[in-house]
Amino acid sequence: MHKESLRKAYGDTLVELGKIDERVVALEADLGKSTMSNLFGAEFPSRYFQMGIAEQNMISTAAGLALVGKRPFASTFAVFASGRPYDQIRSSVAIANLPVVICGSSAGLSDYGDGKTHQSVDDIAIMRVLPHMTVLSPCDAVETRKMMHAVLKHDGPVYIRINRNDLPVLTKEEGEYRIGEMSLMRDGKDAVCFATGVMVSKALEAAEMLEKEGVSLRVVNVSSIKPIDVEALRKYSSDVKAIVTAEEHSVIGGLGSAVLEALAPYGVKLGMVGMEDTYGRSAENYDVLMEYYHLTKEEIASRVKTMLEA
Amino acid sequence: MLTKGEARHLEKMAWVIRRNIIEMISGGKVGHLGGSCSVAEILSVLYFHRMKGLDGNNPKNPERDRIIFSKGHAVLAQYAALVELGYFPREEMKKLKTLGGLLQGHPDMKTPGIEAVTGSLGQGLSVASGMALGLRLDGSKSKVFAVLGDGELAEGQIWEAVMSSADYKLGNLCAFVDKNSVQATGATKDIFPIEDIPGRFRSFGWNVIEIDGHDVCQVEDAIEKADETKDRPTVIIALTVKGKGFPFAEGKAAYHNAGISEDEYKEALAIVGGKLKEYEDA
Repeated sequence: MHKESLRKAYGDTLVELGKIDERVVALEADLGKSTMSNLFGAEFPSRYFQMGIAEQNMISTAAGLALVGKRPFASTFAVFASGRPYDQIRSSVAIANLPVVICGSSAGLSDYGDGKTHQSVDDIAIMRVLPHMTVLSPCDAVETRKMMHAVLKHDGPVYIRINRNDLPVLTKEEGEYRIGEMSLMRDGKDAVCFATGVMVSKALEAAEMLEKEGVSLRVVNVSSIKPIDVEALRKYSSDVKAIVTAEEHSVIGGLGSAVLEALAPYGVKLGMVGMEDTYGRSAENYDVLMEYYHLTKEEIASRVKTMLEA
Repeated sequence: MLTKGEARHLEKMAWVIRRNIIEMISGGKVGHLGGSCSVAEILSVLYFHRMKGLDGNNPKNPERDRIIFSKGHAVLAQYAALVELGYFPREEMKKLKTLGGLLQGHPDMKTPGIEAVTGSLGQGLSVASGMALGLRLDGSKSKVFAVLGDGELAEGQIWEAVMSSADYKLGNLCAFVDKNSVQATGATKDIFPIEDIPGRFRSFGWNVIEIDGHDVCQVEDAIEKADETKDRPTVIIALTVKGKGFPFAEGKAAYHNAGISEDEYKEALAIVGGKLKEYEDA
């Protein structure tokens, strides 16, 4: 399957947004070559603010830029974009409900070599808990591009989680991305998997596997984790016998929790595939690390069967 | 430079600020009296003389100068000035920190005239710096002022912002350090001493001016010098007295955030009344 870089899509689209809207400015904490915000810097040097290795100052400075009418995009690795400046995001940006876009790049385990200090398995949880915050997690490069156009129109803070590695292109170029919507990637009648980010492709592979065993799995891409579309969650889950979530993130506070919180009043049971209350670790490549933490199509398929038997 | 008449007017308005602060925390409320009173003269000069484009009927006038209270807990002083400029009705002062009121315990953007959310210390200088960057990008002539506490300088983010503001040569940014030398639980020299504040800012590339923060003429002169400095940000280190104006509170950490007794309230009102009468009689 054709693979594309999400961070290249982020950088390219940032340049596009800069061309169509001169309010767009970008800030970076010395990881612009990885996040690819440096593409914006090359095109618009006067609107690109290299803030050095000082994420807290970067976030509050972005708030100041938003307060005078700019549309700041602040990028760095997800761990340093979420946890490190958490209180700056909370106080300077989110309480004030400012249109600052925070790009958490190299998210999840995708920075496989750098180990646990650089792998964000808690960023969805800590961003999701903030009132006013929108939390987005694209599954591919095409969705990333469309999402970027949508966040520019959104009047409030946004956290976008970007995978470091090239991922299969699963979504279509046509149509606009709308914050708060989820999309049906494959229909099925026995069970549903609500997946986000890289786990969408794994869920689709799991559906292929299960089909051979006579199990029909519906796969839904939940790229808008907050706000989450409760009606759509109900629609996609009410006619099946099992529900599973899949995320490259802790099962505490992430997509699984969001789905469970939304569906709990309706008495549903849920199987969660994700990181089990643990940090990451270094590995020689992305695939072996994902296997080590059971973030695989096999795990999704097995969890679906367990839930169907439950 | 201020004329004698202007100086007297701004001295008087500093006492109006103090009167409003006392009124807001009367009736058993707790408030940040100490750090609000120490900035009264600085705010008097900024709000009633220096800042351009302020309009209580049009708080978002794009041409306005901005002020960010990085030491957000002293917001009472800001409310005390904004109410005089007609940003909100006087009745709001009585409703300070109540569910139905407009005036929150720390700066909130729902209050007309408040430019940013601060209160979690250490962030306001960065916010001010971002505003200054954005305004310069637009070719705006507006200036951005920030007010920092000396205890707040312990926050590492302050020094990140000090570095980036100098790197970006923000001549349109002017910070005050309200050096009242007392923080929440004691004297700054005992809690977390920060020696040679002027030297520290200078070494990071800032234009540094030291003044008596209770002398309105020195405040104005310092801002004028800051205006002449276009290639770097200016910090005005203002020596002040915490709780200035009220002997029962002056220099005391106990009045950092406290209620005042009925006797103290009466004493404060008598002091303020006497001072305002002096200026009116003159």
